[in-house]
Amino acid sequence: MKLNLKIWRQKGPNDKGSMVSYPIENIDGDMSFLEMLDILNDQLVEKGDDPVAFDHDCREGICGMCSLYINGEAHGPDRGITTCQLHMRKFNDGDTIYIEPWRAKAFPVIKDLMVDRSAFDRIMAAGGFVSVNTSGNTQDANAIPIPKDDADEAFNAATCIGCGACVASCVNSSAMLFVSAKVSQLALLPQGQIEAMDRVKNMVAVMDEEGFGNCSNTGACEVECPKEISLENIARMNREFLKASFVK
Amino acid sequence: MSVLDSKIPAGPIERKWTDYKNKIRLVNPANKRKIDVIVVGTGLAGGSAAATLAELGYNVKAFCFQDSPRRAHSIAAQGGINAAKNYPGDGDSVFRLFYDTIKGGDYRAREANVYRLAEVSANIIDQCVAQGVPFAREYGGLLDNRSFGGAQVSRTFYAKGQTGQQLLLGAYSAMSRQIGKGKIKMYTRYEMQDLVLVDGKARGIIARNLVTGKLERFSAHAVVVGSGGYGNVFFLSTNAMGSNVTAAWRIHKKGAFFANPCYTQIHPTCIPVTGDHQSKLTLMSESLRNDGRIWVPKKMEDAIAIREGRLKPTDIAEADRDYYLERRYPAFGNLVPRDVASRAAKERCDAGFGVNATGEAVYLDFSSAIERYGKEQAMIHHMTDATPEQIYKLGRDLVEAKYGNLFQMYYKITDEDPYVTPMKIYPAVHYTMGGVWVDYNLMTTIKGCYCIGEANFSDHGANRLGASALMQGLADGYFVLPYTIADYLADDIKTGAISTALPEFDEAEKSVRDFSERLMNIKGTKPVDYFHKRLGKAMWNYVGMGRTEEGLKKAITEIQQIRQDFYNDVKIPGTIEELNPELDKALRLSDFLELGELMAMDALNRSESCGGHFREESQTEKGEALRDDDRFAYVAAWEYKGEPSQAVLHKEELKFEVVKLAQRNYE
Amino acid sequence: MSKSVLLKSSLAKKYWMALTGLFLCLFLVGHLAGNLQLLKAGEEGRRAFNEYAYFMAHNPVVKILSYLTYISIIFHVIDGFLLFAQNRKARPVKYAHTRPQENSSFASRNMALLGTLILVFIVTHMQNFWYKAKISNGPFPLHTLVKEIDNQEYDPATGAIVNKKQDVKLYLLTNGQYQMIDLEDKDNIELRHNTEIYSKKLDVKVAEGYKDLHSLTTAFFGHDNSKYGFPKNDLATVAVIFYVVSMLVLIFHLWHGFSSAFQSLGLRSKKYAPIIITVGKIFAVVVPVLFAVIPVYLYLTK
Ligand SMILES: Cc1cc2nc3c(=O)[nH]c(=O)nc-3n(C[C@H](O)[C@H](O)[C@H](O)COP(=O)(O)OP(=O)(O)OC[C@H]3O[C@@H](n4cnc5c(N)ncnc54)[C@H](O)[C@@H]3O)c2cc1C
Ligand code: HEM
Ligand code: SF4
Ligand code: FES
Repeated sequence: MKLNLKIWRQKGPNDKGSMVSYPIENIDGDMSFLEMLDILNDQLVEKGDDPVAFDHDCREGICGMCSLYINGEAHGPDRGITTCQLHMRKFNDGDTIYIEPWRAKAFPVIKDLMVDRSAFDRIMAAGGFVSVNTSGNTQDANAIPIPKDDADEAFNAATCIGCGACVASCVNSSAMLFVSAKVSQLALLPQGQIEAMDRVKNMVAVMDEEGFGNCSNTGACEVECPKEISLENIARMNREFLKASFVK
Repeated sequence: MSVLDSKIPAGPIERKWTDYKNKIRLVNPANKRKIDVIVVGTGLAGGSAAATLAELGYNVKAFCFQDSPRRAHSIAAQGGINAAKNYPGDGDSVFRLFYDTIKGGDYRAREANVYRLAEVSANIIDQCVAQGVPFAREYGGLLDNRSFGGAQVSRTFYAKGQTGQQLLLGAYSAMSRQIGKGKIKMYTRYEMQDLVLVDGKARGIIARNLVTGKLERFSAHAVVVGSGGYGNVFFLSTNAMGSNVTAAWRIHKKGAFFANPCYTQIHPTCIPVTGDHQSKLTLMSESLRNDGRIWVPKKMEDAIAIREGRLKPTDIAEADRDYYLERRYPAFGNLVPRDVASRAAKERCDAGFGVNATGEAVYLDFSSAIERYGKEQAMIHHMTDATPEQIYKLGRDLVEAKYGNLFQMYYKITDEDPYVTPMKIYPAVHYTMGGVWVDYNLMTTIKGCYCIGEANFSDHGANRLGASALMQGLADGYFVLPYTIADYLADDIKTGAISTALPEFDEAEKSVRDFSERLMNIKGTKPVDYFHKRLGKAMWNYVGMGRTEEGLKKAITEIQQIRQDFYNDVKIPGTIEELNPELDKALRLSDFLELGELMAMDALNRSESCGGHFREESQTEKGEALRDDDRFAYVAAWEYKGEPSQAVLHKEELKFEVVKLAQRNYE
Repeated sequence: MSKSVLLKSSLAKKYWMALTGLFLCLFLVGHLAGNLQLLKAGEEGRRAFNEYAYFMAHNPVVKILSYLTYISIIFHVIDGFLLFAQNRKARPVKYAHTRPQENSSFASRNMALLGTLILVFIVTHMQNFWYKAKISNGPFPLHTLVKEIDNQEYDPATGAIVNKKQDVKLYLLTNGQYQMIDLEDKDNIELRHNTEIYSKKLDVKVAEGYKDLHSLTTAFFGHDNSKYGFPKNDLATVAVIFYVVSMLVLIFHLWHGFSSAFQSLGLRSKKYAPIIITVGKIFAVVVPVLFAVIPVYLYLTK
C-alpha cells in the first residue's frame, strides 16, 4: 500500500519542531509499524537525509521502549498492544498517518519521536520496591502462602511495561495508572505490606514533583494501555494513600 | 598446562562452593565504601549484581543502552525459571538439576559451575518471592510449577508467559532502591565502547553517551560485564534490536578470551519469517510444548496442498498427521531439548513437509489439549453430560488462562487465531551458550574484569535447557559474583579512587574516537542494515542449524567480504557528537562482523556435533548429534590477535568426575 | 507531613474534589425536594413552597448544611481551577492530531468547562433568587392572599346596610393562619427583618409572615403575579432555555462526576464498580431532569 506519513521532526530538546510529510510506497500488511519506519529510514539515509529517531528495542511488546502517538492514539488504533506489535494491516491504502511523540512536560522530547521517560525511574526509586536485601537469607518461598486471587491480581498489575502510554493518552498527562500499578502490586502481597504506607506517599510525592497532571478518572489510560492495566489499581492507590495520610 | 586456570576449588562437588565461600577473602564494610565497581548491563545478571554489590556497600556505576534499566532484554523471557525446590515432590533434587543441566548441555559444561548453579537455584526463588515477584500460585496459595524441555520433573517456576519480566522487575526494584539511596549511579542510554586497563587490570570503561554522542570516561576498581547474548549476529533472532556483542567483544579485544562462540541455540518454537522486511523474530514460549503437539502432514500431497492454500490444517485427518517428535522420541515426546526439537523440524521441512508458503514451518496444535482440559474441567464441575461445545469452551478457557498472552501475541503478529487453527512455528536463533571465558570466580582472563549472565560462556555447555538462563543470570548476580569479587577487591582497599586522567584513559578514548571517525568518513552508499542482513543470511545458511566443513569455509570468506564491503560502502548520516542511532548500529555491526567469522572458525574447528552445534559430518544413524569426547571434551577459548582469522585457540579440558559421559538419549 | 499531604498532593486535591462534589450532590437532592413543591398547583402549592423555604432558612441544621454547601462550592471551584491549571501545565506542547473520543467520554475530559458553565449558572441563579430573597435590602413581598369578602357596610346615602364585595389582603403567618394585617398602619405595626411583624408599642413580635418566594419564582418563569408584587418577567423564555441548558450541562458533569468521585476516594472495586456507575448515571440524569421540568412546567402553565 501507499501511505502518507506526517511525522513530528524535532532536532533536539530546544528545537521547536514541526510535522513533516513523507509519502511511502510498497508497504505490506504483514509488516509491523516499526518495520515500516525502518524502510522509511533506510530511504532517508540513502537520500542523505536525517533518519527519524524513535525508541524501540524488544519489538515484541514487552520492554516498553517503543512509544509513538499514532493517528491520535498512543500505540496506534489497535487495543492491548504496543507500537511494535501494531501491524500495517490495520491501515488502508492511501491513509494519512500522523506520528507524534508522547507529549507531557514530564517526558521532554530528546529528538523527533524520542522522549525522556526517566521520571518513571525516579518514581520507582522513591518506593517501588520491597526493602529486602538480596542476600539469599530469606525464608522459604512457600513459607508465606498467598491466595491465588491476590497473586493473580498482583501479577496483572505487575505486567506494566512502563511505556508511558497512559501519560501520553491522558488529557492531563497523569501518571496515575503507572504509579498505581506498582503500588497495587505490592499492596496486594504480604511482602509489600510492611512499607505500604511510606511507599505510596513517597511515590506519589515524586510523581507530583515530576510535573505529571492530576487524575480526572477519564479512563483513557486503561483503554490505551498495552497491558490493559485496570483502573481499579488507581482506586486502590487512592485508598492506600488516604489510609497512609491519616495514619502516618 | 594451558594458560587457562579455571580455579575450580578442590573437594567433593557438593562441598566445593560452601568450602570455597568459607575461605574466600572479604572486604569489610568500611572499606567497601572506598571501592567502585562498574556494572555494564542491567539485565537479570547485571541488574542483580549491581543491586547486591550496592547493598553490600560498594559504589556501583551501572550502564545500559536502553532508556531505563528495566528494559534489558531479560524482560522478554517468557517461560520460566528452574529451581531444585522439589515442591511438587516428584523427585527433584540439586543433584538431578545438576545432572539434567550437564546432560542437556551435551557434556560440554563445567561440572563445578553447574553444581553451584543448581545449589543456589532454590535461593533465587526465595529471594524473588521476598522481593514481591508474583509467581503463579495454586489455589492453596503455594507456588505452582510446570515442566520444561529436557527434564522429567516439574521444576519450573513461572509468572504466566512473562517470567523474565517479573524477575527483571524484581531486580530492577532492588536496583531502584539502591539508586534512591545513591549507592548505584545509573547511566541509561550509554553504550560501553572500550575497557581501560591500568597495569594489566580492568580499571574503567569508555562509554558513548547515546543522547549527546560524546565519549565519557568512568573509572572503577573492577568492571563487570553483563551485556547479554550475541544472537543478533544472525540479524534475525529473538533478541532485542539493540542486543549486541560490543561490550563483550571489546573486552575480548583487550585480552579476554572468547569461549565456544559457535554454541548457538536455535529455539524450536518461534513465529516463522514472513518476508524480507522482517526485523526480528518472536519466540513462542517453550512452555507451549507442555500442551501443544507438533506435527506436519504425513503425506507429501497434503503438505503441498496446504502450502498452496488448498487445504487447511484442520482438514487433515488425525491418521494423516505426523507427530514426529512423539514418533521419534516417545519418552520425552514434545518435550525433548531445544536442539533436538529444532533439528527435527528442520529435517521435516527439508524433506518437503513444511506448512507455510516458504516451506519453513510446522504446526503446534492445541486442539487435543483443549479437549483434554475440557473433559477434565467438566469432571471437576460435575458436568456429566457436557456437550462437545461446552467441553471445548471449558478447555479453551483453561488454555487461555495458561497461555492467553502468548496466543494473543501470536494472533496480533500473524492475524490467525491459534484457538481455531494450529500455530505455525519454526526454529529461530534465540540464545548463545558461547561467550566470554570466565573462571570459577566469573573473572575473565583480564584481571578485575568479570563477565556474567548470557555474555559469559559458563554453565550451559553446548545447549541450554529451557528456564535455565534466568536461573544462571540471577545466580551469577545475586549469589556468586558478590562473593567472588570480594576476593579480588580485597587487594584494592588501599588503592583509592582511580583517576580518569590517566594516559590509559586518553589512549582508550582516542582509539574509540578514531574508530567512530573512520566509520563516519566512509560515506558510502548503503545503510547499516544492508550489511547486517547480508551477514545474517550468511550466518543462518552456513553457521545455523546444520553446519558442514564446506559451508563454514564459505562462511568465513563470505563474512570477510561483507566486512570489507562494510568498511568501503557504509553510509552513516549525521555526525558523531549527536544522537545518531545509525552510528550506534554501525558500531555494533563492526563487532558482529568479526564475531561471525570467529563463530565459523570455532564451528569449523569443532568437527564433532554437540548440543546446538550440529556438524552434519558427525551424526548417528538416526540423525542425532554425535559427540567426539576424545577429541573435543574441552572449552575452546579464543584469544584475539588482530584479525579474527589470526585468533589463537586455547583449550580448557573438561573433566567429568561425577557424571559419566554418555550419548544423550531422549527416546 | 501529613497535613501538607492532605492539602497539597494531587491525590488529596481529588479527595476534596470528590467530597465536595458528593456533598453538592446531596445538596442537589435536598434542593430538588423543595423545588418539586413548585409543581403543586394553587394556593396549597404556593403555601407549601413558601413554608418549605422558611424552614430552610430557619432550621439550624439546615443552616449548617447550607454553610457547608457554600463552602463546598467555593472549595470545589477553587480546587477545580487549581487542578485544571496544573493539568494544563502538564502538557505544554499539544498534539497535532488526537482522537480522544476513542478512549474517554467527552464529559470526563471537560469537567472544568462543564463546571465553569455550572458556575455561571449558579451565579445567575443566585442573583435571580437568592440575592433578591436574602441579601437585597429592599422590602420583600410577603405571602399574602387577596380574598374577596362580603363586607357589610353602612351606606350613608341610603342609610342601609349593604353587602359589598371587597378585596382583603390576608397574610399567611407562621402559626398557620391567614390573617389580615394592616402593614400600612405604621404607627402600631412595624416589619422587622422582612418577615417579622412587631407591635410598635409593646416592642414584641406578634406574628411572622413568609417571604413570597413562590410568586417570585413563578413570575420569573412567566406567571403574572403583579397582584402579589411580582410583575411578569418579560425574559421568561430566555430564562427557561437557560435553565434547561444548564441542567443539561449538569447532566454531563454528573454523568462522569458521580462515579468518578467514588474512584477518587478509592471506594470503587471490581465488585461495586458496576453498581456505582449505574447509580451515578441514573442520578446524573434524574436529578437535573427533574430540576429542568420545573421551569418548563411553570412556563407552560403561566
Ligand atoms: C524471547 C526470549 C525468551 C526467553 N525465555 C527464557 C525463559 O523462559 N527462561 C530462561 O531461563 N531464559 C529465557 N531466555 C534467555 C534469557 O532471557 C537470557 O539469556 C537472559 O535474560 C540474559 O540476561 P542478561 O542479564 O545476561 O542479559 P540481558 O538481559 O540481555 O541484558 C543485557 C544488558 O546489557 C546492556 N548492554 C548491552 N550492551 C551494552 C553496552 N555495550 N554498553 C552498555 N550496556 C550494554 C543492555 O542495556 C542490558 O541492560 C529467553 C530469551 C529470549 C530472547
Ligand atoms: C451542583 C454543582 C456541582 C456538583 C454536584 C458537582 C459534582 C462534582 C463531582 C461529584 C465531581 C467528581 C469529583 C471527582 O472526580 O473526584 C466533580 C468534579 C469536578 N467539578 Fe464539580 N460539581 C458541581 C459544580 C462544579 C462547579 C461550579 C465547578 C466549577 C469550576 C466544578 C468543577 C469541577 C471540576 C473541574 C471537576 C473535575 C476535577 C477533576 O477530576 O480533575 N464543579 N464535580
Ligand atoms: S500502565 Fe500501561 S500504559 Fe501506563 S506505563 Fe504501564 S503499561 Fe504503559
Ligand atoms: S519495542 Fe519493546 S515494547 Fe515495543
